[in-house]
Amino acid sequence: MEVGQMRRQWLDYTRSLFLEGFLDAQFMQLQQLQDDNNPDFVVEVVSLFFEDSERLLKDLTFALDQNAVDFKKVDAHVHQLKGSSSSIGAQRVKNACIPFRNFCEEQNTDACLRCLQQVKQEYCLVKNKLETLFRLEQQIVAAGGSIPMVELTQLSF
Amino acid sequence: MGIAAEAPFHVLAVDDSLIDRMLIERLLKTSSFHVTAVDSGSKALKLLGLVEDEQINEEPPSIALEAHQDVEVNLIITDYCMPEMTGYDLLRKIKESRSLKDIPVVIMSSENVPSRINRCLEDGADEFFLKPVQLSDVNKLRPHLLKSKVKDEEDQQIHDKGINETEVIAPDKTIPKNIVTKNG
Repeated sequence: MEVGQMRRQWLDYTRSLFLEGFLDAQFMQLQQLQDDNNPDFVVEVVSLFFEDSERLLKDLTFALDQNAVDFKKVDAHVHQLKGSSSSIGAQRVKNACIPFRNFCEEQNTDACLRCLQQVKQEYCLVKNKLETLFRLEQQIVAAGGSIPMVELTQLSF
Repeated sequence: MGIAAEAPFHVLAVDDSLIDRMLIERLLKTSSFHVTAVDSGSKALKLLGLVEDEQINEEPPSIALEAHQDVEVNLIITDYCMPEMTGYDLLRKIKESRSLKDIPVVIMSSENVPSRINRCLEDGADEFFLKPVQLSDVNKLRPHLLKSKVKDEEDQQIHDKGINETEVIAPDKTIPKNIVTKNG
């Protein structure tokens, strides 16, 4: 596949991620902060998000598995996950955290467990999508091309 | 007389989230600020040279110890929700310090709680940003920095020339004197 086609593929894929709500405008902001001096910024931040989220999801699973659930702790974890997903533009993960926090306040373990499942699902989805996107980017760069940044900012949804 | 090329403003960013620290650092650097990012209020205070010593608070004002500022910081931007010391706690400590109280402080929060926002602004915060922080937010910082820079330069001139305050000449005569007063 030649570079032009790869770039179009990247654009179409990114567009679909926005249309399907996986990513929001904050992800665009991240792209705009990336430049020749910081060419790996997006990948670095998103990788951090993956590490952070996986740790939080593990902690959440553990916390909700206790006989006496510490809802303050659970809420603190969800708050952190909501914050980091919001910071990178992972919209569906962020949204899944909202009812989760409400159920923490209500101290409803079953509902919290359902929310945790939902959050895990959304996280897995966005992780796969972003990894696919990064692979496309690597292919473009390896073929001597660049990520179509200007066209990205001109996308309409 | 033009102002010669100056050192960039130094911003101290405080946030317990690594991702948010990366973000704010990039945002600030993109806007040509020099940045130091720390992960807690206590680390921030340490960097600012403010020793957490209860005895200091008991000293009568006339012999209270001045904080020794190791590093010059022109603005502090801090997250609100942090373990141990919140951004609000940090704000209060800075505003209570004679040597640090004039440094502009900006609070960031992921939660839109009007009472929280009002309390921070009333207690001395210059701006309150909702997370995720945008480039357009960072662009709002410069006026606060320039304001304190003009004030610093005026204070310096008062000190240097021993001139009565009412006769201070602003570095740039076109800047009206009222720009240094704090907005409501």
